[in-house]
Amino acid sequence: MPPGGRYARQEALAEIGVGGQEKLRRARVLVVGAGGLGSPVALYLAGAGVGRLTLVDDDVVSLSNLHRQVLYAENEVGRAKVEAARSRLLSLNSEVEVEACGVRLTADNAVALVQAHDVVVDACDNYATRYVVGDACAAWGKPYVYGAIEGFRGQVAVLCAAPRFRTYRDLFPDEAALRAMRPFKGVAGMTAAVVGGVQAHEVMKLVCGYGETLAGRLWTIDLRTMESYVLDI
Amino acid sequence: MKIWVNSKEVETAAVSLASLVEELSLPTQGIAVAVENRMVPRTQWEACALSEGMRVVVVKAACGG
Repeated sequence: MPPGGRYARQEALAEIGVGGQEKLRRARVLVVGAGGLGSPVALYLAGAGVGRLTLVDDDVVSLSNLHRQVLYAENEVGRAKVEAARSRLLSLNSEVEVEACGVRLTADNAVALVQAHDVVVDACDNYATRYVVGDACAAWGKPYVYGAIEGFRGQVAVLCAAPRFRTYRDLFPDEAALRAMRPFKGVAGMTAAVVGGVQAHEVMKLVCGYGETLAGRLWTIDLRTMESYVLDI
Repeated sequence: MKIWVNSKEVETAAVSLASLVEELSLPTQGIAVAVENRMVPRTQWEACALSEGMRVVVVKAACGG
């Protein structure tokens, strides 16, 4: 390991090392949503050397995104998010492959996308897509790193993964009721940073195989009080 | 009796999780509830008995990203 190498500081960790770095290089991670959560998730995974990242999002950058969607800059307002994200991620780490998928994830394309990856990160912003991603991951047994934010609150779980296989429907079974809700859109940028950072790290744990993931457990945080729980699903 | 709901101590007459949810006027959908750090499916709220000092956590669903 060259002392000043790109990954030197994480390879120095016994939990990762050269072996873990190679696992990261070979990993294929699907990130659904390139917004507030997708930004830190993609930045940290690209930085960590995850070999192949696929970003799915059909939205364009808008000014009201910039307080939390740290992938983007003012001069990119109006540009397709996945294209802007790809440029930013490749400028951070030219060793990784980034596929920009400028579509909406639906029941029609979910299975093909999920099957082609080792880990799926849910960084989307609506219940309908979460049920589609959750169902595809449950059907194919694909580790699904769920994350959601609202205001100052956030939650992360690792679903569809050993040793405690639970699904999104185990967590929130009320699909019809949730899809009918009008979610509150207010959010602090830092909520996305904290929750997206935890999601990215759960991916790293899953890929490298160290620590205890949130498999079958829900982690919650309220940044106003720092009240936090880890609950068995 | 006194129990904990999230980080607050609550005086309650509820003997089951279902009656606690009603007493606190919580919505019955769009939340997940854990007792002693373990999620309790809604179908088991009625059968889930509460006792002094138990720790209940209510998690509101969220979908923002």
